[in-house]
Order: sequence, then C-alpha cells, then structure tokens
Amino acid sequence: MSSLIKSSIARKVVMALSGLFLVLFLALHVTINFTSVISPDTFNQWSHFMGYNGLVQYIMQPVLILGVIVHFVMGIILEYQNTRARSIKYTKYKGAANSPWVSRNMIITGLVVLAFLGLHFYDFWIHEMTYKYLEAKPEDPTRYYIETVEKFAPIWRTVIYIVSFGLLSLHLWHGFASSFQSMGLNNKYTPSIKSFAKIYAVIVPLVFVFIAIYHHLNPITH
Amino acid sequence: MKIYLKIWRQKDASSKGKIVDYTMDGVEGDMSFLEMLDILNEDLIAKGEVPIEFDHDCREGICGTCSLQINGRPHGPDRLITVCQLHMRSFNDGDTIVIEPFRAKAFPVIKDLIVDRNAFERIQQAGGFISVNTSGRTVDANNIPIRKENADKAFNAAACIGCGACVAACKNASAMLFTSAKVSQFALLPQGRVEAAERVQNMVKQMDLEGFGNCTNTGACEIECPKGISLENIARMNREYLSASIKG
Amino acid sequence: MGILDSKIPSGPLAEKWTKHKNEIDLVNPANKRNIDIIVVGTGLAGGSAAASFAELGYNVKTFCYQDSPRRAHSIAAQGGINASKNYQGDGDSDYRLFYDTVKGGDYRSREANVYRLAEVSGNIIDQCVSQGVPFARDYGGLLDNRSFGGVLVSRTFYAKGQTGQQLLLGAYAAMNRQIHRGKIKSYTRHEMLDLVLVDGKARGIIARNLITGEIERHSAHAVVIASGGYGNLFFLSTYCMGANVMAAWRTHRRGAFFANPCYTQIHPTCIPVSGDHQSKLTLMSESLRNDGRIWVPKNLDDAKAIREGKLKPTQLKEEDRDYYLERRYPAFGNLVPRDVASRAAKERCDAGYGVNKTGEAVYLDFDAAIMRYGSEKALTTGLKDADDAHIRKLGEEVVEAKYGNLFQMYEKIVDENPYKTPMMIYPAVHYTMGGLWVDYNLQTTIPGCYAAGEANFSDHGANRLGASALMQGLADGYFVLPYTIGDFLADDIRTGPIPTDSEEFDKAEKDVLDRINRLMSAKGINSVDYYHKKLGKIMWDKCGMSRNAEGLKDAIKEIAALRKDFWENVKVPGAADDKNQELEKAGRVADFLEIGELFAMDALERNESCGGHFREEYQTPEGEALRDDENFKFVSAWEYKGEPKDAQLHKEKLIYENIEVKTRSYK
Repeated sequence: MSSLIKSSIARKVVMALSGLFLVLFLALHVTINFTSVISPDTFNQWSHFMGYNGLVQYIMQPVLILGVIVHFVMGIILEYQNTRARSIKYTKYKGAANSPWVSRNMIITGLVVLAFLGLHFYDFWIHEMTYKYLEAKPEDPTRYYIETVEKFAPIWRTVIYIVSFGLLSLHLWHGFASSFQSMGLNNKYTPSIKSFAKIYAVIVPLVFVFIAIYHHLNPITH
Repeated sequence: MKIYLKIWRQKDASSKGKIVDYTMDGVEGDMSFLEMLDILNEDLIAKGEVPIEFDHDCREGICGTCSLQINGRPHGPDRLITVCQLHMRSFNDGDTIVIEPFRAKAFPVIKDLIVDRNAFERIQQAGGFISVNTSGRTVDANNIPIRKENADKAFNAAACIGCGACVAACKNASAMLFTSAKVSQFALLPQGRVEAAERVQNMVKQMDLEGFGNCTNTGACEIECPKGISLENIARMNREYLSASIKG
Repeated sequence: MGILDSKIPSGPLAEKWTKHKNEIDLVNPANKRNIDIIVVGTGLAGGSAAASFAELGYNVKTFCYQDSPRRAHSIAAQGGINASKNYQGDGDSDYRLFYDTVKGGDYRSREANVYRLAEVSGNIIDQCVSQGVPFARDYGGLLDNRSFGGVLVSRTFYAKGQTGQQLLLGAYAAMNRQIHRGKIKSYTRHEMLDLVLVDGKARGIIARNLITGEIERHSAHAVVIASGGYGNLFFLSTYCMGANVMAAWRTHRRGAFFANPCYTQIHPTCIPVSGDHQSKLTLMSESLRNDGRIWVPKNLDDAKAIREGKLKPTQLKEEDRDYYLERRYPAFGNLVPRDVASRAAKERCDAGYGVNKTGEAVYLDFDAAIMRYGSEKALTTGLKDADDAHIRKLGEEVVEAKYGNLFQMYEKIVDENPYKTPMMIYPAVHYTMGGLWVDYNLQTTIPGCYAAGEANFSDHGANRLGASALMQGLADGYFVLPYTIGDFLADDIRTGPIPTDSEEFDKAEKDVLDRINRLMSAKGINSVDYYHKKLGKIMWDKCGMSRNAEGLKDAIKEIAALRKDFWENVKVPGAADDKNQELEKAGRVADFLEIGELFAMDALERNESCGGHFREEYQTPEGEALRDDENFKFVSAWEYKGEPKDAQLHKEKLIYENIEVKTRSYK
C-alpha cells in the first residue's frame, strides 16, 4: 500500500480522483447557481441550506477545500518533477504535432483557475465567514440572491468570470477524460466516456458564463 | 536539393554542447536521412574534421538504435517510422533541419547525437521477464491455449523496439509507454499472469528511480511511436499497478 | 587431415544426442559458481546461451557493441522459425526436418548436427511460449503455422513479420532475469578485439569500451563466440551497419579454423540499390513470391526505354514480357529456392534487361494476383457484372490484407505505389553459412573456445532454408551449449579465477594497442568507407552470385592490394581514447579485408557449384549448379598461417549414412 503513495502512477491517480471529485462538485455548484436564473426563491433556499447545514459545513466543506488543495499541490509537484525530467530543453520542440495544446498546458489553465478561485473565495467564502462568524449576524434565508446578482454588476468581475470559465473549460477538456485513463480505464467505452467528458467540459462552464452574463445584464433595480 | 542543417555537437558527457550549422548540396530524395548524414560525415572527414556521431544499426526500422529528434519531433516528421526509414523526399529544397539528441534527464548525452538509454535496460531487468528456466522442459506449447484477441494484443505491445521516442516526444520525458508495453504483453498472457503483480510494481519502481517524468496523458508518445504502441497499454499498467498495490 | 575431429558420437542417428548427453562430463552446481564464461554477441545464440549458462549457475559476462543486447540483428529476421512439432498433422517429423535441411544445404552439412537441430526444434517452441513470446495463434487459441520455400509441410511458427524480434526479446528477457540476479554482467557498447589464450586454452578477451576507448581485459574459463556472420564485407547487404567479423576473425587468427567462408546466401527479393549514397539493402519477405510474378522485358530496346524513363512497365504488352523463372523452371516457377532465383535475376540483368536506372533490378508484379483475387472476391460476394476497375479494387484490398505492411514499406523507400506499378527487386547478400569450424560440441579448434549461431558453420551446408537461422541460433544457445560446455569446464573446477595480469594478457593487449595505433597513424588519405565500398564492389562482382576461377584469382590479388593500401592510407579522424565510430569501422573493415581474401581462396579451391556457391565453370548445359560429390563432399577448414594467402586448408569429409545424396532439381 505504501508504494501507492510514492509512485508516479499513484500521484496520477490522486490527481485523477481529486479532479473527479471537483468535477462532481462543479455539477452540484452549477445546478444550484442555475436556479438563480429560474427562481430566486429556490436559489435562496438551497444556498441557505448549504450555508447552515452541519453536514455540509463541517464535513463536506473541509473535504472540498482539501480536494482543492490536494489537486493543486499535487499539480505543482508533478509540474516540478516533469520539468526536471528534461533538464536540457530542445532547441526546437514541436509538441503541437503530436498532442493538443490543452494537454500540454494544464498547469497554465490550472493556475488561472486557481487565481480565479482566490477571487471567488474572497467574494463568497470570506464574505460568508465574516457574515456568519466575525460579525455574527443573524440568519437571513433571503439575502443570497441579491448578494449574488450584485456581484455581477461590475463589468470587470463578469469579464474575469468569463475568462476563467473559458480556461476551466480547457482544463476540463483534457482533465476530465484523462482521469479515466489515469485510473486504468481504457476500453470499448472510452470513446463514449471521452465524448461525455468533452460535452461536460463545454456545457458546465458555459452555463456558469451564461449565469454571469444574465445577472450582469439584469441587475436588481431597487 | 540544398539543405541547411543545425546539428547538436557535444564532445562528451561532461562537455557543454551547442548547435552547429552545416550546409549540404545535392541531396537526393531517394537518400535516407541517415545516408544524408553519412555523406555529410564523409565531407567532414575529407576536410579533416571530426564526423558527427549518431546511433544507428539495422537501418530497417526494427533494432531501435537510431534516435534523432528532427525538427522537434522524434524520428522526424513522418509517422510510424524510425529515422533510418525516413527519406529526404519528406523535405524540400532550402529547408532548415534541426537535429538534436533525444532529450531526457534519464537519457544523458554520450557524444553528439548519441544518448545513453541504459535506464531502459534497468527497467527491463527489474521485471521485464517471466521467471521460467531455459531448460526447455516446460509444458508443450499447445497446452497453453491463448485467446487470439489476447495473443494479438500481447504481440502489439511486444512490438516495442525500445528506441525511446516516447520519452523524447513526451513533454514530461515520461517512460510510461515503454514500461507499459512490456507490462501489458505479459499481463495479457496466462504465462505472465503468475508474477504480474510483482512485475508491475518492480518495473514502475525502477522507472521512477530513473528520473523519468510523470505521465499526463497528452498522448504524444502514441503518436510518435514508430511501432504505434497504444495508450491502452498505459491504462492497463495503471490498472495492474493499482490492483497490485491494493491487494499487495 | 587428422587434426579435425568432429567428435560425432557413435550409434544410430536418432540416439546420438541423447547418448552423448549421457556420456559427457558435468560440473556440479556448487562448482559452477566458481567458473566464469564469456559470451561475445547477444543475439539469439549468444543471448540464449548466456541466459542458460547463468541459470545453470555459471558466472557469465556478455559483450555486445550495441547499446543493448536487444538490438542484435537477429531482431530483423522476418519470416519465422521452423520446428518439427507436426501440429498441423501433415506428416512432419524430426527426420523430415533433418532431411529437408540437409537437402536444402545441397548435401554439404554434417548429418549428426542437423539431426540434433531437428530433434531440439520442438523444445524451442515450448521454451519460447513459456517465456511469453507472442506467436501467431488461430481462433481456437492454438499456435498457427505457415509454410516456407523448399519444403512440403507447414512447420514455420511466426509472429507477424517480426518473428526474429519476438524471439530475441524472449532471450533478452531471459538474460535480464539473470542480470537482475547478478549472474550475468552485461557489457554493452563493448567490442571484442582479441582472444586471449593461456596454455593453449581460451581464457579471456581484450575488449574496447566504445564510449571511453578504454582497452579492457576480461578473463574466463571458456569463451563463446556468437557474433553473427560476415556478410557485411560486401558493404551492401541486408545486415545491420555494425555487423562485423572481428570477434570470429580474431579467434581465427588465434588458432580457430574457419570453415567454408565462400558459402554465402544471396536473397532474391530485396529493394534494389538506388544510387551511390546507398548504405544498406532492405529485404522484402520471401512470402511475396507466392503471389508476385517476376519478369523483365523481352526486348532490349524496351528495357532501355524503361531505364531511361521513356516507357512504363504497365505499358508493356503481355507478349513483350519475359517471365524468366516460369520459363526456365516450369515446375517451381516463381517459387524456386533463393540461390536459383537470385542467379536467374542476375543473368537477365547482366544480359542488359535490368529495369531501374542502374540496370540492376527486375520486376515483381502483382497485377495478375490482384485481378485473380479480385474476380474471386467478386464471385464470392455475388457481383456478377463487375467491371475491370471494380475487380481491380477488390483485388487490391485482398492483396493489401495479405502484404499491406510490406507494400507500405516498399512505397516508403522507393516512392512508388506497388499496387499500381510492379515492384522492383534485386538480390542482396543476406546470410553466411560459413563460419568458425566447430565440432559436435560446438567447440572450435581452440580448447575452451566455442562458436554458436551464424558465427559457426555447422548446420546449413552450402545453402540455408528459410526460417532455419532462428532455429539454429536458439538450438545452439538454449539446448546444445549448456550441455556441451560442461564437458570442457569439468576440468576447471579447481582452476580458480583466471588472472588478467599474466604475460598472455599483456601480449594480447599490446597487440591490440599496436593495431589501433597503426590505424590511427596511417597517412590519412581515404576514409574507411572508401575502402569498404571498394572491397564490397570486388566481392560483389567477383565473389558474388556467380564466380569463376579467373575472377576469383583477380579478386585475391585486388583484395590483397586494397588491404595494403588501407593500412598505409586509411584516414581515421578523432582520438583512440574517445567515442570514435570511424575507428570502430576501421577495425572491422581491416578484418573484412582479410576474410575477403580467404573467401575468394575458398571459392577458388572449391571446383564445383553447390548451394550459394556457383562456379560458372561447373554448370549443366541448362545453366544449373553442378556438384562434384566425388571430390568436394567435405568441409573446408582453413588454418591461419600469417597472411590470408598462406592459410592452410584442412578437409573434414562429410559422411552420409542416413540420407541418399541426390541432385537438386526444380525444373
């Protein structure tokens, strides 16, 4: 079992599993967010549940943060090792001839997404923590919709949002399907899995972007 | 044809190398790439210079000795061939061709375009065999029926020539395709199943020790492999490794 | 003549090997740990021998000039490996395989050796399958066979067109297992430069580390030479670029007799030379002759027009083509044995009918096969009124399924589509049946020095059958040497390690260094390849597919003169204490320049035609080979006496007790 932690294959599996976990989380996230477009009330309800349910707050949230950290740290470790594996670079290297750009640049798309996550944390998570614990304000199951929509008022934030999800899409385009290969799955179902993963990689970020643009264009008028 | 060459020259393992420019006239399309280098070397010898050292042997694409990175790609621009099978008709008059050794920390340069691929040897020695004695006193060959599909897949994996193009192409210099080809071949055959778990663990361990990079599933190895070894083999090795680790 | 003792055991043919194994000395397992064996060359014979020795408990050191044992040229063998398994139930047996091999070798091989080869052939398949060699299988999961030229049964096991590769990787894996256990020490990028004899026994080698240029001494209780054949002396051949005779030749110079140097196999279906830049020839599998028809134009004018590119072969009418094999050998047609097909192609090209720009190529045409398969396919798929174009398309698909990879390889090299225009082929040097003389134990005339695989002369006589080289290499390494070497080593259990600081090693190392210095300090006028190409031309023109006394006498003189010129004027750039491919080549070519002369002498001495050796003076009125069993039913074994011209001939008479000696005919 110990060899599982030390080896290159194990590191890839950790990357794949944490990635798949985050993919799953994205699905949940996008579903809840999408309710903000259809029904502000449902959105408020769900958000409130997520914010105050013990299971979500004390178990799922730490697991999620851990997942992000593991995925991020492992990504950096892999990148570091991989760079060192070719200490003298080629004068001419034609990677485009044999592999897609996204597959070779997961670190770039990943880091941009990570930077965005920083902003996202600041916008929502820090805000929530401040609201709930620092300022210890009372529970208000109706505030989420308004707070969310207001965030999209400035054009700069909406643009950052769009760009980040564009890059997330690229990241998922390679990462989602690739995680199955890492875990040893490559058989007759692989083409279908790949198609599904690629559709997912486009649709999910697209929905996020749609929500952002929608709220930006439809500000709440008091 | 007139061809401009930019070739990596390095005196020995400890020296620093550099790209040196050469120009060749009268290159014919029917020449193989290595024959073009032969002629360049004859010219250099005539001029009293030290010829360029490069690895080559069978010149028919099977021994796996030749190992040149040509214009940024292992074995040059054509698919499913080695350098020795590449012909100059794949290039045009006036082209500039950059020739470098296969680059990886685990493949140190010995001289000019020759690299040391002993890391591959050590991976094979760590487990790339079936522990059966060579006495010939085994069961009759036809007492081990093997499904044709598995036999064919095992053959396809076993077709690896150990040239190192997979490592050279991979942006991470990963040796997963090479290692997985042998793991896969034996994992698919009943004779190899007996020690499949030990084999995959030992070979992967050695592969990691050699300083190859991690696989990030870019698929470059499969595209550049002169024998078309499939990525399926890497998945199979991952699977074998996981199950061996969990059970072990 | 009494010097040559082949040590063939007495008794009935089929019992000789078993009896011999029962009677020879053995070394007990504890003592094997105190005995070292050096194996030079790591192809099928060397690799399998090294693995087997190590497994028995000996300490083994292997040497190869390549960067890995896996790269030995055994890897390039395409077709398959013969074994008398009789899995197809078509009447095969050890005797039949033995008979076919002796007959195919034109009755110039040793009965007992060949019978043993046939006897262990089945074991090779068992061994390789248990090692995980992925032979082709049928849908029932059992091993598949195909048939090869010159035989009436289906006994060839294969792994697509890469049988040699798969078998070599099997032996390589067996070696790796022993390297892992510490029983084999593998020296790669090392070249043997001399054999060291102590008290008349082979006790070590001098080797050069090809990376550092260092000269190293390695000692052992026995030395096995498995360094392959010497066909590269022709410069152009299907051999790998590094193939050389140095290990075998240095052994010869130290006292091992060299047998039948003139027996060379020239393979009829290779891709022709395209120009002066050519460095190597590529084989197209013999299987193509099953469906391809070989022809040249009937008229010299047409041939000339084709050479000048004014006429296309497809424009030539049927009646203007000369299907010369079908014309000369109606019974076997395009499927005559290799030596016959090669000579016939040369005859036509020499007469001016060659079809490429150098005039040295004939056509191998698949048009008839394409149309035949196409109509068959149309019939079976119920297409009643398919037009020619449609039939051709169907036929091309069938041919592609059978030979697709070969056609693709051809197109890559020649840049012509063989589905649309006939292939061009020409014979090329492919294998050498001659080699170090060995007795039944595979021991050379030097005690403790053995030779295996293509490096020895043992089993193929004057011509080798397809798919027999792999069989012989593995038989020698897995199943013969591991037994017979013990007979010699049994006397060495108390010898202890052989010291490398003895006078004998000093002397051998000095000889090697002197030779390197001579090469490095010649006048430096012509490159090594210059001499190699010149030698190749002499060999090809005068000692090639057909030879005559006049030409051979010239060749002997020319080679001697070229050798003298070489030693005076060769140019070896770089330094001796460095990686230096030109120095490596120079040493190899120096030896080719010696064996070339002996080759010609042997061919001149043998006043008959047999197998791969065709003397123009000895042929039937129809131009077929004429053997002289009265005077030449012997193995020529040459003893080194200084210059090649002084070599002394010894004859080992061949005795046939179990086979009737007949004339081969393919009419």
